[in-house]
Amino acid sequence: MKSVKMMLTSAAALALLAPGVRAQDSTDPITIPLHNWSSQIVMSHVVGNVLASAGNTVEYVTTDSQAVYESVRLGDVTMELEVWEGAFGASFDAAVAKGGIHAAGNHNAVTREDWWYPMWTKEACPGLPDWKALNDCAALFATPETGDKGRFLGGPVDWLKHDAEKVEALAMNFTVVNAGSAAAIWAELGAAEKTKTPIVVFNWTPNFAEAVWPGEFVEFPTWEAGCNTDPAVGMFPDKIYDCGNPANGYLKIAAWDGMKDKWPAAYATISKVSLTNAQIAEMAKLVDIDGMEPEDAATAWMDANPDVWKAWLN
Amino acid sequence: MAATARHATTARLILALAVGLVLVKSLLPAGLIRPPEWLVMPFADWINGVFYFLQNDLGLMTLTRAFSDVVEWLLDVTANLLYGKNRWPNLGPIPWGVIAVTAFMAGYALKGWRLAALSGGTFVWIALMGQWQWAMETLSVIVVAAPFSVTLGLVLGVLAWRSASFERVLNPILNIAQSLPHFAYMIPVVVFIGVGPKAGAIVTIIFSVPPMIRMTLLGLKKVPEEVIEAGKMSGATRWQLLTRARIPTARAEILIGVNQVIMQCLAMVVLASFIGMPGLGQKLLQLLQALKIGLSVEIGVTIVLLAVTLDRLSKAWALRLPEHGHPSPLWLQRHRLLVIWLALCALAFALAHFFPCFLEVERKQALSVAKPIDALMDQVIRLIAPVTAWLRWFLITWVLIPMRDAYLWLPFTAVLSLLAAIGWAIGGLRSAAICVAYFGLIAMSGWWDRAMITVYMVTISVALAALIGLPLGIWAARNTTRAARVLLVCDTAQTFPSFIYLIPVIMLFGVNDVAVVAAVVVFAAVPIVRYTVEGLQNVPPELIEAANMSGATRRQLLWHVRLPMALPTMLVGANQSVMFSLFMVIIAAFIGTQDLGQEMQRALSSTDVGKGLVLGLAVAFMGLMTDHLILRWSEGRKRTLGI
Repeated sequence: MKSVKMMLTSAAALALLAPGVRAQDSTDPITIPLHNWSSQIVMSHVVGNVLASAGNTVEYVTTDSQAVYESVRLGDVTMELEVWEGAFGASFDAAVAKGGIHAAGNHNAVTREDWWYPMWTKEACPGLPDWKALNDCAALFATPETGDKGRFLGGPVDWLKHDAEKVEALAMNFTVVNAGSAAAIWAELGAAEKTKTPIVVFNWTPNFAEAVWPGEFVEFPTWEAGCNTDPAVGMFPDKIYDCGNPANGYLKIAAWDGMKDKWPAAYATISKVSLTNAQIAEMAKLVDIDGMEPEDAATAWMDANPDVWKAWLN
Repeated sequence: MAATARHATTARLILALAVGLVLVKSLLPAGLIRPPEWLVMPFADWINGVFYFLQNDLGLMTLTRAFSDVVEWLLDVTANLLYGKNRWPNLGPIPWGVIAVTAFMAGYALKGWRLAALSGGTFVWIALMGQWQWAMETLSVIVVAAPFSVTLGLVLGVLAWRSASFERVLNPILNIAQSLPHFAYMIPVVVFIGVGPKAGAIVTIIFSVPPMIRMTLLGLKKVPEEVIEAGKMSGATRWQLLTRARIPTARAEILIGVNQVIMQCLAMVVLASFIGMPGLGQKLLQLLQALKIGLSVEIGVTIVLLAVTLDRLSKAWALRLPEHGHPSPLWLQRHRLLVIWLALCALAFALAHFFPCFLEVERKQALSVAKPIDALMDQVIRLIAPVTAWLRWFLITWVLIPMRDAYLWLPFTAVLSLLAAIGWAIGGLRSAAICVAYFGLIAMSGWWDRAMITVYMVTISVALAALIGLPLGIWAARNTTRAARVLLVCDTAQTFPSFIYLIPVIMLFGVNDVAVVAAVVVFAAVPIVRYTVEGLQNVPPELIEAANMSGATRRQLLWHVRLPMALPTMLVGANQSVMFSLFMVIIAAFIGTQDLGQEMQRALSSTDVGKGLVLGLAVAFMGLMTDHLILRWSEGRKRTLGI
């Protein structure tokens, strides 16, 4: 009997406390979008759990990672926790221009996307990661469909990575073959690993792949602003794309403009969220390497890093 | 016969024109090699204009959003009951034991112990593998979409049966709808409905409704006059005639329609997750993205099991005849199964109340066969890597690249004349006109090169599939047990989610056309095997007797009696094989292709309705043209054989 009473009082206290913390916030559910890579799913669940623990109602919805900016803009979903400069910068900027969405925070992480190779490739081509050394080893990467040129396995065409332009500008002895999906790149990597075949693919960080297959980015001539538009900028005076991709892209948090007024406390929380590369990679590792479910991984990560997420609530 | 001879002469003349065009290619003006600029119409812009008008000026958006709100409300109810989503009526989730028991009893009531074990076992497997939540997310959409689709199909089918002009309008729409690749549907749905479970449900409804309409129409047309007469004599009104006489008489066809709806719904599970359908499909894509093949195969098995269970249950229901026995006077005896079911459900509820693992088996506690599957895959890949490396080199250098270059080299006028010649040889002027019209429209869409790449991949895949499928089918048709086993393999290969095939073929062959062709061949071979087996098995035994008596050897029997008699059925298989290849080539864009599929994928990610529909129609026209030609040819064959 006593314990029941205790439970009732503590429940009442919680009930009083929870709206106390979030009195200003609407009781409508906050919708968090999920995509098809694990760090984003885990991070979304971590933030969702934090908001729920503070009294908000949270729901998740799976959406396309490009189309999501349109949904955030219209308020159909409330926020997006991983806005990658390289992959989604264009969609995000387009949505910002239309209005309804803004950057609510910034992760303490850098993103990078470029040509990349797994470590066993370096054994066959020791001069790496320099791009000239890669070009000298081009024959190692030849396949039946590329003839005597090396093959670079790029991402899907709609990622618009300008690899073919780069090959042209730097006069490389490579042909770009576009995979149809990220999964196709991983499948090739997985197969190459079994026979230790040298391979160079499009890859990005933070990403689960670096934990599965240790590797390095190819070092192209450093990115300079304008290298993709102005022939004068970059290594060759008459070429555009004669440089690597930026090595320190941003990773932002986007929110619906209406969130600030509808859920001010929750908005304050997510604007404090700022994770590092290591923390994001850890989240991905829990799922991709340790085989946890994203929900369990979120709980495990929160148990291991209480200081990090508790700071978001103050 | 005279007409056929005339057709052959004209066909030869047109063929000569095609060959002529190829021979003098270097002399041809550019406008005869590729469609000239003035011929290419901005179809995509027109379609986008129409959609913009519908969406903004006509306010169709409010209507579709209102409709989708109704669907969403229903989805929330099923989601609450099946997996406890926080929505009205807040009763769920139903423990897995209850659903497994219900499936078991349904199987028993419909067909006995074996079906009971299959359907109960399926749900126990799902629970033990820790996939309960995902499977219920999937089912929560299907249990809304399938009844919607059945009702809609029934209504449209009845309307088409009542009004011949409505049928005339509906028929071509259904033809196109059934040959449009799935992705083409999805783009307008995203525009009008948005993303999420409701979009998944609606795309599933659109995809699964055509067979229901067709079967309803077929069934109603077959109702014998006597039944109607009898109804009229007993003074039935028109409504009563429809609901009490016609529809019950057409029951068998209508229920086959229902069965088709269920199968189509399951076929959409993975694809619909591209626009936000939750559950198994979405999980499967996520796992494949992280290269977890073993876990994806587990999900694939679940989808196959669900499909087989629902297929068998609905078929058993369709074939069950109304019983007219003497009902027992005792209530308990009449409702024995109902009482047992209720008791078992109560037990399952009680167990779930006391032991959480009977409510839901968590992923941590679940069984898994992923490790052995992964290990097996690993071994297989290592083992056959040398063979596939050689095969890859051989196919690319000696078959695929030359063939692809040849297809792209052909002047488009030569291709059109060639098609006209084939059309004329098979069905005279009308068929020739149909062929030219379909491919002419593709030329006018401005996607000629990409369309030719799609054609090349479909041609090579169907050819390889025939090379594998025909001998396999002939071998399997030798005796009934073997045939049954091979058909089971066919069913499984066809229901297994196509995306899972993509990863192993990339690991074996790399990102190139060989991988694409390998994945497509799996699907293209299934109908060829199936219809070869069926065609050979249904050859009238009298004919075989007669041939045996006249002393035919086994070889002669096969080549001169059984195969010619089975040919019309086998042609249906060839037709389906082309359809399946077209669908699969589009999906194979996820490996990496340069054909229509790749553009379709782009159109989906930029929600470009016009472009998506133009590309989809181009694929549909290829399918419809093949369909027309094969149908005409097989009709001709049947007439000569007198079947």
